[in-house]
Amino acid sequence: MITKRIIACLDVHAGRVVKGVQFVDLVDAGDPATQAARHAREGADEIVLLDITATHEGRQTLLDTVRRTARELFVPFCVGGGIRTADDAAQVFDAGADKVSVNSAALKDPTLIDAIGRSFGAQAVVVAIDARRDPKAADPVRDAEVFVQGGRKPTGRRVVEWAREAEQRGAGEILLTSMDSDGTRAGFDCELTAAVSESVGIPVIASGGAGTVGHFVDVFGRGKADAALAASIFHFGVSSARSLKEELAKAGVSVRLPC
Amino acid sequence: MRVTVIDYKAGNLTSVLKALHHLGAEAIVTDGDLALVESAERIVLPGVGHFAATERLDATGLTGAIRAAIARGVPFLGICVGMQWLYAGSSEAPEQPGLGHFPEQCAHFAESTEKVPHVGWNSLEVKNGSRLLADVEPGEYVYFTHSYRGPVTSDTAAITHYIEPFAAAVERDNVMGVQFHPEKSGATGLKILCNFLSWSAEGSK
Repeated sequence: MITKRIIACLDVHAGRVVKGVQFVDLVDAGDPATQAARHAREGADEIVLLDITATHEGRQTLLDTVRRTARELFVPFCVGGGIRTADDAAQVFDAGADKVSVNSAALKDPTLIDAIGRSFGAQAVVVAIDARRDPKAADPVRDAEVFVQGGRKPTGRRVVEWAREAEQRGAGEILLTSMDSDGTRAGFDCELTAAVSESVGIPVIASGGAGTVGHFVDVFGRGKADAALAASIFHFGVSSARSLKEELAKAGVSVRLPC
Repeated sequence: MRVTVIDYKAGNLTSVLKALHHLGAEAIVTDGDLALVESAERIVLPGVGHFAATERLDATGLTGAIRAAIARGVPFLGICVGMQWLYAGSSEAPEQPGLGHFPEQCAHFAESTEKVPHVGWNSLEVKNGSRLLADVEPGEYVYFTHSYRGPVTSDTAAITHYIEPFAAAVERDNVMGVQFHPEKSGATGLKILCNFLSWSAEGSK
């Protein structure tokens, strides 16, 4: 039976894992390669590394980080942040990533999705979408607005129609972050996640708002998520993917155990 | 331990090479040097992406060289599209023949409400006697990402259930294939690659 995936997410700045709320007040949370290996050892089904270094010089640092992180990592490894062209993606794959996640650049030029998919296969393209409910829209959830640049810039695009376009262009998965929930630890936006998951035929990874095991049970049930990103709850040893999955199994969620 | 890894420009090889190195194998990559296939001790055909990409194997003469190597008894492992290529073909690219070592066709998952591609960790029902999957216990999980799959036949070494039962692994003597990605399947995947690396005609490990 297919299992629900628990994905550990590392936000990386200038080669170090950082934690902060909404990318401010960053706190050093260790070495990416060490952290990724620890998460894999402790049962994470997949690792996502999101580079939030916004500088050009940061590219080389990122590739070094990806190379070091990938070396001894034998679970799926996705890298996002600053991938603007198919060449950028090729370099990240060459460094050892299995998937790339694209966000702002894909909204600016959606053919980027087609281009990466053609060269590396749809399974290698994750389209990350940051969306915020739009109270003024006819359907505030399905018409949640898509933002870029770390949630600073509205695009006018609506979450469901953008997710569908991404799928049509050959995205293999959608990584959906609810900006309303992100950083709150008050739970995933299950309605938003379900609206997107039911509108596309590709897997949807839910992100933003995880604070308790119950939040994951909800997003896999009501939210119809295929996978969920767990970031802050793992840092500083609060919990491990394994202990999270053991709790999920007790609640009837199918997960990879033992792991 | 030397392994010849075939590069047919379908996706990237980095993960497979990393896993082979980790297990102490020396991996030699070729995208068309037939001599490297003729002298191969073991062959791995990875592959993520589209079945049509296997056309390159025909164009470079690798298909014939691999067929001859298999006939000599060289252990062969196809991964993902590399496994599907062992069959007669796939509905993903009907004009492109596979190796035909197994006579059946690969096809898209049947219409259903489930998501396709099948992405994630799923379990294996291993058939008795599989040498590739020796010591894989019931309920161990491996990582899949694919939309097409091979049928369950007498050569199926493991079945996985998603929408329908399909061939997660195929095995007949020295010719083996896995639909999942052992290089991305944690300790279970490494164990399976290790079984392949220690495979010999005599059966001693």
